[in-house]
Amino acid sequence: MNDLATRDTPSGTRARLAVVIALVSSVGGVFLYFGGWLSPGRLTPSRLVDTFERVNGPHPGFRRNHAKGVSISGYFEANGAGTRFSKASVFRIGRVPVVGRFALAGGMPYAGDSVATVRSMALRFSLPNGEEWRTGMNNIPVFVVNTPEAFQEQLIAMAPDSATKKPNPERVAAFLAKHPETARAIAAIKAQPATSGFEDSTYKSLNAFVLSDEAGRTTNVRWSMESMQPVGHAPAVANAPALGANFLFDALVARLAVQPLRWRLVLTIAQAGDSTRDATQAWPESRERVDVGTLTIDHVEGEATGPARTINFDPLVLPNGIAGSDDPLLSARSAAYSQSFTRRVSEPVSVSAVVVPASEGANER
Amino acid sequence: MSNVPQFAWSSRVLHWLMAVALLAMLAIGMTMVVSLEHYRRLVAIHRPLGVLILLLAVIRLVNRRLKPLPPFLATMSARERVIATASERLLYGLMLLLPLVGWGMLSAAQIPVRVGPMVLPPILPHSLSLYTLLRRAHTVLAYLLFISFMAHLSAVLFHTVVLRDGLLSRMLPWRPRDVDGAPPHQR
Repeated sequence: MNDLATRDTPSGTRARLAVVIALVSSVGGVFLYFGGWLSPGRLTPSRLVDTFERVNGPHPGFRRNHAKGVSISGYFEANGAGTRFSKASVFRIGRVPVVGRFALAGGMPYAGDSVATVRSMALRFSLPNGEEWRTGMNNIPVFVVNTPEAFQEQLIAMAPDSATKKPNPERVAAFLAKHPETARAIAAIKAQPATSGFEDSTYKSLNAFVLSDEAGRTTNVRWSMESMQPVGHAPAVANAPALGANFLFDALVARLAVQPLRWRLVLTIAQAGDSTRDATQAWPESRERVDVGTLTIDHVEGEATGPARTINFDPLVLPNGIAGSDDPLLSARSAAYSQSFTRRVSEPVSVSAVVVPASEGANER
Repeated sequence: MSNVPQFAWSSRVLHWLMAVALLAMLAIGMTMVVSLEHYRRLVAIHRPLGVLILLLAVIRLVNRRLKPLPPFLATMSARERVIATASERLLYGLMLLLPLVGWGMLSAAQIPVRVGPMVLPPILPHSLSLYTLLRRAHTVLAYLLFISFMAHLSAVLFHTVVLRDGLLSRMLPWRPRDVDGAPPHQR
């Protein structure tokens, strides 16, 4: 091959070689840019999950957030009202099996239960033709931040100080000054009295989604699982230590041993101007609310045996007829959950704090 | 007219379709794993595009068996020919394997793979250890594909620009005319 090259002047060959090197380097550089190698400061799914690990300490085998939980199962019975907005099969009259998880927000799997901690309900509806609807909801009226970057800042600002074991008030104040939407959201959350437990809480999607019907007409919605159990009063926070470290979960297990629990799935229909991008903002109370069916939870299991441990409740695993909105938190949740899932399932399984006795959890279907 | 023998028409069309699909896929894959903001949109393209690449790879493999190859250029040494053949096999293997590993890892994690309105059936049983293994394999194989692509690009550019032996014209979708100043190709 050298005989061809030497036909040209050595300087000409060198120039052409330089062109090739420049072209190849440019292509390589573009891919390095895509892979984030040129922007080391940018928040990535990995760095967000790293922050959870730094703030909460390492807890191998557990979800990086909502780490403490139990597996639940039951079924959803649609009343058909949702078909007005969505072609998703889950809204057609009928019953679909549901597997889910009740959990407490935060990345500490052995933290003691507290009435003040955000409670979550995650569900996976198994639909015909391999379709699934996964959703993770919280018992708060609005979410505390509206971007993943603010979520990262909040995690760091609210992290307990190593000396005082409490968040540093100056850092918290600085964060809230920078994020007035969070200050407003926290006020709205505090204005809602805490219920007594998992069973009488209402859980909200917080993020907006887009339903589409057979004709292609779209409707922006948020949804909530509204408890059909009478609302009880939360035990005074001061009494919590006497109740045991898992009193919220224990109460749930005891209730489910006696009777199934029910929630109404309610769609809140947005109107023009209602923000789909800002989870810190509630939509006006006057918005139409449509009851589309009933969720029955009749079984609870510890994470060691329950099916929920292996499920990533990615809010963007959606059936045809439900899509994510433009809310940046949805994409970020999907990305970060995937990262958390990939990390935790590669780690050895640890014993969860809440252990459900088989006899109590095994309520008949 | 150029006297460089070209690949079969179908081979050239498939090559460039695959080139576009694979480059888009590498860019999307590398971007989505580090993006919170665009993750959702990119995953929604990544999975159906993977299915398309798998279909294209199978068609290419059949085409490869049916269509004869043009002879190597005289500018390629015996060792270069061995490397070219091996890297061709590697690229074919990767374009078949990467989509299958991706589909398989999602199957093992019980994550439904949506392609348009339908969901693909799982191709592997639910197993988190299998997911962990395949998830890592997907990354390693993707980087291997990226490195193979860069090597392929470098080799073709070196031949075409530095040696000016018209290597690229073998694969061009059109039949090139002799470029002024390019040395004649004596075989």
